[in-house]
Amino acid sequence: MTTSSPALDAPVEASERRAPFDWKWIVLGLSVAFTVYIAVIPLGFLLWQSFRTPQTAAVDAVFTLENYITAYGTTETLRLLWTSIQFALGTAIFAFGIGTALAWMNERTNTPFKRVFFALSIIPLVIPSILFTVAWIFLASPQIGILNLVAASWFGIEEPVLNIYSLAGMIWVDGLHYSPMAFLLMTAAFRAMDPSLEESATMSGANIFQVAWRVTLRLTWPAVVATVLILFVRSIEAFEVPALLGLPVGIQVFTSAIYQAVHRYPSQVGLASSYAVALLVITTVGVFAVSRLSSQGSRYATMTGKGFRPRQIDLGRWRWLTAGIFLVYFLLIVVLPFAVLLWSSFQRFYAVPSAEALQNLTLDSYRFILSYPNLGRTVLNSLFLSFSAATIVMLVTAVICWIVVKTKIRGRWLLDNVASLPMVFPGLVLGLSIMIFYLNVDVGIYGTIWIMLLAYITRFMPYGLRYSTTSMLQIHKELEESAAMSGASWSTTFRRVILPLLKPGLLAGWIYVMIVSIRELSTSILLYSPDTQVVSIVIWELWENGQYVELSALGVLFIIALFMLVLAAQWLGKKYGVKE
Amino acid sequence: MLAVQNLSTEYPGDHGQAVKAAQDVTFGVEQGRLFTLLGPSGCGKTTTLRSIAGLERPRAGEISVGGTVVFSSSRNVFVAPNRRGFGMVFQSYAIWPHMNVFQNVAFPLEVGDRRYSRGQIKESVMRVLAAVQLDHLADRDATKLSGGQQQRLALARALVREPALLLLDEPLSNLDAKLRERMRFELKRLQRELRITTVYVTHDQSEALALSHQIAVMNEGRVVQIGSPRDVYERPANQFVADFVGNTNFVDGHVIAVTPVDGADAMCVVRTEIGDVHVTSSLPLKTDERVSISVRPEDVELVEVRPEGRNVWEGRVDQKVFLGEAVDFQVKVGPRTLLSRRHPTLRTKVGESIFVQLHADKCVVLTVA
Repeated sequence: MTTSSPALDAPVEASERRAPFDWKWIVLGLSVAFTVYIAVIPLGFLLWQSFRTPQTAAVDAVFTLENYITAYGTTETLRLLWTSIQFALGTAIFAFGIGTALAWMNERTNTPFKRVFFALSIIPLVIPSILFTVAWIFLASPQIGILNLVAASWFGIEEPVLNIYSLAGMIWVDGLHYSPMAFLLMTAAFRAMDPSLEESATMSGANIFQVAWRVTLRLTWPAVVATVLILFVRSIEAFEVPALLGLPVGIQVFTSAIYQAVHRYPSQVGLASSYAVALLVITTVGVFAVSRLSSQGSRYATMTGKGFRPRQIDLGRWRWLTAGIFLVYFLLIVVLPFAVLLWSSFQRFYAVPSAEALQNLTLDSYRFILSYPNLGRTVLNSLFLSFSAATIVMLVTAVICWIVVKTKIRGRWLLDNVASLPMVFPGLVLGLSIMIFYLNVDVGIYGTIWIMLLAYITRFMPYGLRYSTTSMLQIHKELEESAAMSGASWSTTFRRVILPLLKPGLLAGWIYVMIVSIRELSTSILLYSPDTQVVSIVIWELWENGQYVELSALGVLFIIALFMLVLAAQWLGKKYGVKE
Repeated sequence: MLAVQNLSTEYPGDHGQAVKAAQDVTFGVEQGRLFTLLGPSGCGKTTTLRSIAGLERPRAGEISVGGTVVFSSSRNVFVAPNRRGFGMVFQSYAIWPHMNVFQNVAFPLEVGDRRYSRGQIKESVMRVLAAVQLDHLADRDATKLSGGQQQRLALARALVREPALLLLDEPLSNLDAKLRERMRFELKRLQRELRITTVYVTHDQSEALALSHQIAVMNEGRVVQIGSPRDVYERPANQFVADFVGNTNFVDGHVIAVTPVDGADAMCVVRTEIGDVHVTSSLPLKTDERVSISVRPEDVELVEVRPEGRNVWEGRVDQKVFLGEAVDFQVKVGPRTLLSRRHPTLRTKVGESIFVQLHADKCVVLTVA
């Protein structure tokens, strides 16, 4: 009737004192302390710093409201807010529209080759945002965009048709980039729904669109709102797209404003912090709303646990149209961006494809990249950071979610919230807070790789927690109780029953955290030093230096390596995962 | 062997309020006996079992097994579940999917305080697997077993340490009807052979009647009657027990005459809506007291010609349900409909008249609260 092992809330008894020492309290205590430390401290310092003047050698920092007055005292800020919201909302709706349409076609219709498509849907996830953005600059910039040149030479249109350096361009690139996420979230929502609810609507005489609009969409409503909110939060904290596409033409959003405030001379950390506070308020509201929605989700009770396959809607001849949509989408999101990077990586100087350019193919840029100073170090840094971050995150969240899901300890919901707190930190803001904290509290890690590791762990903790919690919820409490009844202590039960059962979830979470860590840019950009460069930082620097072909070569290698890594991880997962 | 004293267990509800799951539960189980906690869902039987296991921490009371106190609120004793050394079979069986059959059963021997050699573990595991007839499947993945096999595997795992006490939480409820009946016999045979003290939780009254030495019927967190299966069925202590254990007809009325007979029993006449009913009762009844008479359907006699004796009324067949080995008749007597279970040889048609006879010693008088 109730969850948990009650021994947990029991004080140590006389009869237990003779028991061999149990590691439970040490493991629990360390995990909780670590979580609170990494999640709460940076936030506190960020708030504190936003009320301080800049510190220089001559003057000490003092309390001030100046930062807020500078930040919010002008109509400029209102414009900043308005642009940010336009950008984020546009991106969210665009990505949601694409993702939902694709998810519906994939889950509920008889579109041909959809299995292949679903298998391919993981590929966009390995393309880092910065490379995706650069690729789209190559494709649709007014000056060098291949698509514009094609339009000019084939249809004789003089004016560039597409201008990627615009709000619409930003929304297009970021929306495309987030659409796989919308696709996966909505696929899950469709799968969680009892298809007999739809079938009974069909039997009542509703046609495909009536069923989709009046039943499917209404029943998945909590998931719809949650997905749009998540996309909104993710795009308002996006850094790469606004930096690369917005800044050159003066379109500023919060993230690019923060970056510019830090990189001004002298550095305006206080001003950046007060911008960051506004951004934090927005993301916090969004994340809070999402969590409220999902906690109410059970009210809709669409899960039945019956595993029958939904009847698929027969689209007739229209199914070739939907297959075509899949194909175009895949072209836009994977084939074109990768092809353009591949093309430019074989050039000496960036040139659009032509017969003449074809003569000039060279491997120079690859030579340049492979002899790039400290390349080995950089790659090792990236690998070390992503592997360590993924491993630590998954182990700590396994303990955290056990406390939250399986015990009755008072205040456990607080722990869940604390561990999820970094979710509201945009990458740039997190980098900023951690930078401020370790600048002020010198423990000797500023400028080392450890500060970056700490940042990665903080940033991806909430994602790891979601993976662990989902699989923890699926472990029937009796599996654990029966181990206790068999005489196993807590640590034995955790090691021999819980961890093995969590393994598929932990592995999936590990792969995810590893991928997002290895392409991480927006946090690293405020924390790296020459010794601790990572691959994504090198790409950023090449872009800043205008070394486009070298960037493309590195990008191609990076994408291929990431792809291999994912394949290897999935293969390992299949080999060592729990048999279903 | 097992003594449960004034056990009360609460757990926090959805809104933080304390839900009283078991209240003031007291019973004892002798060595080698099978004791059943029977009741509808939410009556506190599972909570009581989990309190004995140590999976719930009771608020008050005392639990001792073989003279060792494992829980006492007054002396502040609480032995952790993994140190109690009981065996338990869970409703879901809780077979660990990442281990095979052998590993599942070997687990309790590997993790406990006592260390066993590899050879000892193998021997014990194979012995207990043989006892539940799973020895030929030792290397199979635990998830590849059928429902009945999983149930036996869970039982083997609970028995492998030869526990002082075996706890069974609705172990048959996940099986289909045919298999459930077979496993019922298996379970009974195994328990009687091993003479292992067992506490069994179920909501299925036929299971409880078939398996138990003693039954405690629970309702709303309290034990309402403890007795042998025959006691509980034939002499229910109140309307709840009569209604929950088996089917019954209730006929309400009031006492109009009490004639003491030999011993404790008395002969009474109860005036009801179907007429005056003669009953025997051991209750100290007074005239004008409101009572309810409980009669099992198989004790409602139906005959086509008026029989001799008392408690006979003429009724009309209202409904008939053919069940194979029996026929359920609904017979209208005056304003009341009585349910009677008869042998299929009785073929009276719907609408025809029939005589109903109740035997005084089969009518159980219950006081109305």
